[in-house]
Amino acid sequence: MAVLNLVQAINQGLRQALETDERVLLLGEDIGKDGGVFRVTDGLHAEFGERRIIDTPLAESGIIGLAIGMAAYGLRPVAEIQFLGFCYAAIEQIFTHAARIRARSRGRFDCPLVIRTPYGGGVKAPELHEESTEALFCHMPGIKVVVPSSPSNAKGLLLAAIDDPDPVIYLEPTRLYRLLKEEVAEQPYHTPLGKARIARKGNQLTIIAWGSMLEVVLRAAGEYDAEIIDLLTLSPFDREAVLESVHKTGRVLIVHEAAKTGGFGAELAATIAEEAIMSLRAPIRRVTGYDVVLPLPLLENYNLPSPARIIAAIDDLLRY
Amino acid sequence: MLPIDDGLKLEIAELLQMYRDMVLLREFEESCPKLYSQGKMGGFLHLYSGEEAVGVGASHAMQDGDYMISAYREHGHIIARGADPKVIMAELFGKATGISRGKGGSMHLASAELNFMGGYGIVGGHLPLAVGLGYAAKYQQTGQVVVCLFGDGATNQGVFHEAMNMAALYHVPVIFICENNGYGIGTSVERASSVTELYKKSCAYETPGNRVDGMNVLAVYQLVREAIARAREGGGPSYIEAATYRFRGHSISDPGNYRSPQEKKIWQERDPIPKLGKYLQQHKGVAPAQLETILAEELQRVAAAIEFAEASPEPAADQLMTDIYVEG
Repeated sequence: MAVLNLVQAINQGLRQALETDERVLLLGEDIGKDGGVFRVTDGLHAEFGERRIIDTPLAESGIIGLAIGMAAYGLRPVAEIQFLGFCYAAIEQIFTHAARIRARSRGRFDCPLVIRTPYGGGVKAPELHEESTEALFCHMPGIKVVVPSSPSNAKGLLLAAIDDPDPVIYLEPTRLYRLLKEEVAEQPYHTPLGKARIARKGNQLTIIAWGSMLEVVLRAAGEYDAEIIDLLTLSPFDREAVLESVHKTGRVLIVHEAAKTGGFGAELAATIAEEAIMSLRAPIRRVTGYDVVLPLPLLENYNLPSPARIIAAIDDLLRY
Repeated sequence: MLPIDDGLKLEIAELLQMYRDMVLLREFEESCPKLYSQGKMGGFLHLYSGEEAVGVGASHAMQDGDYMISAYREHGHIIARGADPKVIMAELFGKATGISRGKGGSMHLASAELNFMGGYGIVGGHLPLAVGLGYAAKYQQTGQVVVCLFGDGATNQGVFHEAMNMAALYHVPVIFICENNGYGIGTSVERASSVTELYKKSCAYETPGNRVDGMNVLAVYQLVREAIARAREGGGPSYIEAATYRFRGHSISDPGNYRSPQEKKIWQERDPIPKLGKYLQQHKGVAPAQLETILAEELQRVAAAIEFAEASPEPAADQLMTDIYVEG
């Protein structure tokens, strides 16, 4: 097994999908000759040619629309949008066509489309280049939302997303691209969608996180007897894993970098309140980004959940 | 008058089929307002009356296996492609026997069997999908082409330009047909588009653009046939503006008072159905009785479609939860 970072693991997953399935095509801005702004598609254009690795104009709506047409035809397109914030230019295509083409055709047309896009803060980029608005997509039935947290689950989730018959938004934590390295199995494999991962077992409280926040939570949790759930898929999320852990620990901390109001943590908290309130020994806590337009790069550390904020919340919960 | 005929060398059977298709589309649409006012149809209803020559002319120029994708004034398009009026009527009624079992409705008719890739309710939203379909057909080297229909309003949308650019860039077999009926709901083309000769909008992308009389089924047929032949041979996309007119309002709830009676009269005199009927009688020796028989038969088909829709069951409540994701 080779030790890979997140970029290399996703690149390997894409290469293997292209090798094993002629229907797989990649399209996006600068993904071909240039190899992608984060080098995720590096080398694929040379290897698979421009019929399959398609450099597109700067036209996010057009890119996603094109990919939806390909998917409805029966291909397996993987579209890259350069940053999650740039998806807003394509939101019409994602919400009105990708999410609904199956329902409105009564299952006659599938939309096996993957939209890969870097998301999240911690890279000192401005505003739209650091968005973490995953909850917007979770609110739209008909699409799935996946967020890997490590090189090995990134590869497995990507291959599962490409093989999935529904449209999948695949959010790549920008901050982790080259931060984490681990052994990644050479053979293609699936990490199943809709299944959470228990990143660490524990008994005193449950911490729920995903994507780049998982790394922060693991650092912060240190010696605490915390069970850490890595959701991996936000929509549909693994209710069973969440509830089982909550029943066991009775204390819940949710950590995400998106703004608090209407963030995905609100959905998790509501579900826990509805289905496990009698198991709770303390109110549900959230540590999140603030309800602000993402700030200047030098202020982002005030906004992103830090180990100190997480530790303070853990202490509060345990003292309650 | 019809400027073209002999050059086409169409069989009389094909000409009569075009006539029959246009009559069916017209009678199907004209049966709807009453049913709508009786509360039998929900949602909205954008009727195609007046524009039949475009859909029928284009459809006759296509082969089986070719793709069509359209906007929300598409009852006529899918029927022209061969859908049974019964299942279309049932869809408008929202019934379980509808072509999408009541889930699509008037604006989202679709048929995998006919490669009719759907009606779309967001103006211009489906144009990039057409490019994707064309890319896929080209990639698979199937020889299929994609006919993409939309209204004049779509040419003012951003995705129109994104799609036109990408279609030319990737040289895909897509025929864009703009059904220019002069109005985006109540706003006329002159008040909405800086360029009123809409066929010129493709010149920025070096895509052949042409205007055709959209009230003349043979003229539409001829131009679309040429564009399809070019696309099938690898000649890339085309763009056609069909000048047409809707005899009714934008939707069922629009009386269309922004159009003058004089204007309506001028266009009604260009009605594509009597126009073709007259041509068939004068140049092809078709007896008036034969055309009357066609009308009677198609009226009968529409009546049967209504009867079918009326008698069909509503979707069961559990259908609410299906077809959001692929199951299993």
